[in-house]
Amino acid sequence: MTARIGVVTFPGSLDDRDTQRAIRLAGAEPVALWHKDKNLHQVDAVVLPGGFSYGDYLRAGAISRFSPVMETVIEQAKAGLPVLGICNGFQILTEAHLLPGGMLGNNHLHFICRDQKLRVENAETAWTSDYESGQEIHIPLKNMDGRYVADQYTLDKLEAEGRVAFRYLDFNPNGSLNDIAGITNEAGNVVGLMPHPEHAVEPLIGTGRTDGLPFFTSILKKLVNA
Amino acid sequence: MSRTPLDTVEHAAATPDVELPWAELGLKKDEYERIVEILGRRPTGAELAMYSVMWSEHCSYKSSKVHLRQFGEKAPQSDALLVGIGENAGVVDVGQGYAVTFKVESHNHPSYVEPYQGAATGVGGIVRDIIAMGARPVAVVDPLRFGAADHPDTKRVLPGVVAGIGGYGNCLGLPNIGGEVVFDACYQGNPLVNAGAIGVMRHEDIHLAKASGAGNKVILYGARTGGDGIGGASILASETFDDAKPSKRPAVQVGDPFQEKLLIECTLEAFKEKLVVGIQDLGAAGLSCATSELASNGSGGMRVTLDDVPLRDSTLSPEEILMSESQERMCAVVEPDKVDRFLEICDKWDVIATVIGEVTDGDRLEIYWHGGKIVDVDPRTVAHDGPVYERPYARPSWQDELQADDANKLPRPQTSEELKDQVLKLVGSPNQASKKWITSQYDHFVQGNTVLAQPEDSGMIRVDEESGLGVAIATDGNGRYAKLDPYTGAQLALAEAYRNVATTGAKPLAVSDCLNFGSPEDPAVMWQFAEAVRGLADGCQQLGTPVTGGNVSLYNQTGEAAIHPTPVVAVLGVIDDVARRTPVAFQEEGQLLYLLGDTREEFGGSAWSQVIHDHLGGLPPKVDLERERLLAEILISASRDGMIDSAHDLSDGGLIQAVVESALLGGKGARLVVPDGLDAFTFLFSESAGRAVVAVPRSEEVRFNDMCGARGLPVTRIGVVDGDTVDVQGEFALTLTELRELHESTIPALLA
Repeated sequence: MTARIGVVTFPGSLDDRDTQRAIRLAGAEPVALWHKDKNLHQVDAVVLPGGFSYGDYLRAGAISRFSPVMETVIEQAKAGLPVLGICNGFQILTEAHLLPGGMLGNNHLHFICRDQKLRVENAETAWTSDYESGQEIHIPLKNMDGRYVADQYTLDKLEAEGRVAFRYLDFNPNGSLNDIAGITNEAGNVVGLMPHPEHAVEPLIGTGRTDGLPFFTSILKKLVNA
Repeated sequence: MSRTPLDTVEHAAATPDVELPWAELGLKKDEYERIVEILGRRPTGAELAMYSVMWSEHCSYKSSKVHLRQFGEKAPQSDALLVGIGENAGVVDVGQGYAVTFKVESHNHPSYVEPYQGAATGVGGIVRDIIAMGARPVAVVDPLRFGAADHPDTKRVLPGVVAGIGGYGNCLGLPNIGGEVVFDACYQGNPLVNAGAIGVMRHEDIHLAKASGAGNKVILYGARTGGDGIGGASILASETFDDAKPSKRPAVQVGDPFQEKLLIECTLEAFKEKLVVGIQDLGAAGLSCATSELASNGSGGMRVTLDDVPLRDSTLSPEEILMSESQERMCAVVEPDKVDRFLEICDKWDVIATVIGEVTDGDRLEIYWHGGKIVDVDPRTVAHDGPVYERPYARPSWQDELQADDANKLPRPQTSEELKDQVLKLVGSPNQASKKWITSQYDHFVQGNTVLAQPEDSGMIRVDEESGLGVAIATDGNGRYAKLDPYTGAQLALAEAYRNVATTGAKPLAVSDCLNFGSPEDPAVMWQFAEAVRGLADGCQQLGTPVTGGNVSLYNQTGEAAIHPTPVVAVLGVIDDVARRTPVAFQEEGQLLYLLGDTREEFGGSAWSQVIHDHLGGLPPKVDLERERLLAEILISASRDGMIDSAHDLSDGGLIQAVVESALLGGKGARLVVPDGLDAFTFLFSESAGRAVVAVPRSEEVRFNDMCGARGLPVTRIGVVDGDTVDVQGEFALTLTELRELHESTIPALLA
């Protein structure tokens, strides 16, 4: 058997089709979900893809968070549905309060696109179990508003509970506090990160690395073995 | 309450003596008289608005048309060409049922006035041209030229242009995979912001801009129409900048990439369901252009009710609505029984769509406002029968003197130390330095099909995931060469783009161009233009790559000073399997470096003459297009058969620049030996065309040499990939660390 993984398309989503491809390459079945449709169509997990949903107007993710589909995603994520937010998806997850903190504009004020080195800090979430804890990987990063911020209490809590899932290595591309690239919720079913694992799944394409594929094989194994 | 009566057709006929502001709208007296003659009466205000924008230089190509005809007359026979010049963009067959459309356009003047929005809407416009052909846009490229890198205004213009391109293209989800950034004082005050885009479709999905079938509905969809960009086409693009005139800022349009992204998705969905008979994007000249072109290319006439156009500003006059260049709008012709479904799709994507008119039996374009007929014209006279000028042209008196000022006679480095210093100066000069600071502001990865992106020789996109079919695109131009000899300069631009495509392993198929020149009213500029077009048309004929479309940008000058003539050429190529692509970066130590082609003492217009001597004179390098074709065949065969692991074309900066780039990208150095018969200086800095450096695995050495020998391509072994220095034996060695520092720090230091 395989797993059905939904990918939500919001108006302005850009990496939805890329994410579907990554899911397919990992061996799972991608299911397109539409922002106006509350029905998740019995998917086993959901990815909120990257892009500029609603043109990043008001604040990245601030409008999408109120989409009909998000009502169901929020409700089911709290009940344990695995959810991954990539870039704009991460921004939506923080706006929806499924993950703490928020994102500000990059500290250098420019869009940045680069092959980013990361360390996997938590290999026990639904989306990271195919990595080793401490593993160093390269994943493309591309964003305008990628500077992760949170109050000191939240940062301390994230660190103490091992909920920083990914950290920037060698170079902090946006001024994120504690070099945070991605985090998880307490239960480990909701993960958000700024870099784009769906762009690192084929040897010829993009940076030519496949360091992003374990995101999708992790969730597949978890769902199939469940 | 009293108000001026609506200037209807009837009213115009009854009031022949009313004076209209034709001069303010950019028309010449004889042009206005011609409009009166065509209509048999004075035009209404709305008609005048339409004619004035459509007959502007930007829309009508009135100065360039007589020369551009050569692209058609000299077009080589090509089975690949599906749609040629004249449509929104040309379409090329790339095999396996796929067709590719691509085009390069300029947005020079707006980008100088308002860098961010000017550049952003340049991307938006070219992308709508691609959608209008029925294709999904898959990549953009941006050839850019600015004034001197250290000029204060460059620091105003460049960051804004780059942020605008990134801000728009990134938000659309289009990978930016190529282009150029060139600095030269001649572009001060006249930056060149060219934008190219590629789209992919199946053959059966090709759409054209025509309105046919009486009763079919004309649907305007996308953004509401506002007051931005009114008269932009006629005023901005057709006049030279002059400090004495009032600011033209309001004429630049403002872009909304989010709206355009929705427009892409809803248009493609409508295409997929075969709901569209004809389609046209609204760019320069807005509704005037879309309605007159759709109507004149179709079989019938068209009737439009302007009151139905959704407005952002309810105070707009009908003339302004016709001229508005509000972005992110398109016009589709749809059969009546498919209108509901079309509107449903627009609604799904939250795109406003309105039926504003219909195709009629007649041959007139009629436009109504508040019940009165304000336009009644033969659409052909608006869209196609604009004035055609045979502008006088003459070889400038200074051309001989310029060519006699031979760069080959400039003082050359006398010692190894001097040679090394000059290499360092070149590698760190703004034009040769890494443009990473710029290109890292563009998304290269989105859509997940990018095989190669800048600083590779050409950008490459996978088209088919199963077969690995891909397309490559390179854009090149060298205004310095073209200034020395416009005919040869245009051919060198073509040769370089052609070579760049072949260097990555793709077969060049077709050409698009963006011709950037000064004022056509100057006979010297007109001569440069005529020569460049002749050179390009002859070159395309010889290489078998037809010109499928493009754009002309004139009046790039401030006062008497024109920019260097700058034809920018884009070459599109196809590769059967992207797995066989050849990158620039050195891959493995021990691989043998070969120089392909002939190296001569050619320094006219070279980077060396510019950086070391601030000199421009002499003749540009010679062009041998047969040699270019042979070199391309060798590079493509070698890539397909796995004989080379990296390759880099030689152009500005010569061999040393190419080797340094390959070394830095691969993180592997090179040991070079100056070949017999060449001095070290010529070996390193010559800019002879028709050359490339390739890295050959030792196991392929014999096979590769045999292939070159059998086909008569000169091949010289020049060294080996090795170590962490670039070592020119007997001369100097430079560590990759110091080269990288120099190469990558220049641009951020000037602009960040």
